[in-house]
Amino acid sequence: MAQRASAAVLAVCVTVHLFTIVYAVRGGLSAQEILERTRGSVAWFAFYSLFVLAVTVHVPIGLRSVCTEWLRWRGRSRDFALLLFAALLAWAGMRAVVGVFA
Amino acid sequence: MKVLVKRTAGYQEFEVPREPSQTVLDVVTYIQRKLDPTLAYRFACRVGMCGSCAMTVNGVPRWTCRTHVDRVLEKETITVAPLRNLPVIRDLVVDMGEFFDKWARAKGQFRGEQTRRDDFAKVSPSSGNRRQADAGIECIGCAVCYSACDVVKWNPDYLGPAALNRAWTLINDVRETRNLERLRAVAGDAGCHACHTHVSCTERCPKGLSPTASIAGLKRAVAKALVKGEL
Repeated sequence: MAQRASAAVLAVCVTVHLFTIVYAVRGGLSAQEILERTRGSVAWFAFYSLFVLAVTVHVPIGLRSVCTEWLRWRGRSRDFALLLFAALLAWAGMRAVVGVFA
Repeated sequence: MKVLVKRTAGYQEFEVPREPSQTVLDVVTYIQRKLDPTLAYRFACRVGMCGSCAMTVNGVPRWTCRTHVDRVLEKETITVAPLRNLPVIRDLVVDMGEFFDKWARAKGQFRGEQTRRDDFAKVSPSSGNRRQADAGIECIGCAVCYSACDVVKWNPDYLGPAALNRAWTLINDVRETRNLERLRAVAGDAGCHACHTHVSCTERCPKGLSPTASIAGLKRAVAKALVKGEL
């Protein structure tokens, strides 16, 4: 269920993200110019935080099926490892969001 | 024609004469009656009603009684093996115990609240629920879908297409009293959300049913119940 809900969020996020990339680099902006435009934007900060949250929920659930079905890895060790992986995703994702938008 | 039969010890080759309108079940019966009486296999009705003669023919799970040799013969050869995903008892006979236990685990038993003294429940044939139930009700439990399903192979706890299809027909039975319990039973790791929608069950079902659609229905029903806070 959480995976389906997060997938719905991701569908929107990825689309917006891709269009934004295409739109932003259209005029040949440099990295510095992009950062000047993104920093301090509350709306974009919120949007990409939601994106990271959705990824953090979606990816470990999918990986859980992969672990079970392909690696025959079940039980607590699997769930603990995935929890760690979710934490890693959240940390790396938010680090990037803070770097670009804060 | 050459017939390769998977026996407990390994594949064994037989030479069987071709006949008009010959079915794969005829071939297996010929081997057992004329060539090797120790061959174990299972059948009952011979006309596609009972579902007991399902085997893997040239790698595909099928009812052998409804499979004409003409349709499956490849290079004058047929390979017959037991159904996949079920433990083999001997030769072509599999143990269906786990398959039916999973029906029970998916709460496949009907339980109403009326007694024989009550009047008949009136269910309109055109009502939405009745139509949904009708779409899956003709399952005869042959385990062809279960054998075709890769998720069953990867996740042995998965309840499988037949059990989930049964659960879906009961969810749509307005007389049924235990649907919340049933939704709980199919909402877990081994239940409807484990389905990857490969559609192998629907592709192989000899009755032309779509367990995939039933499982999708269960996913929706579970989601609805969750949103309502019932689960």
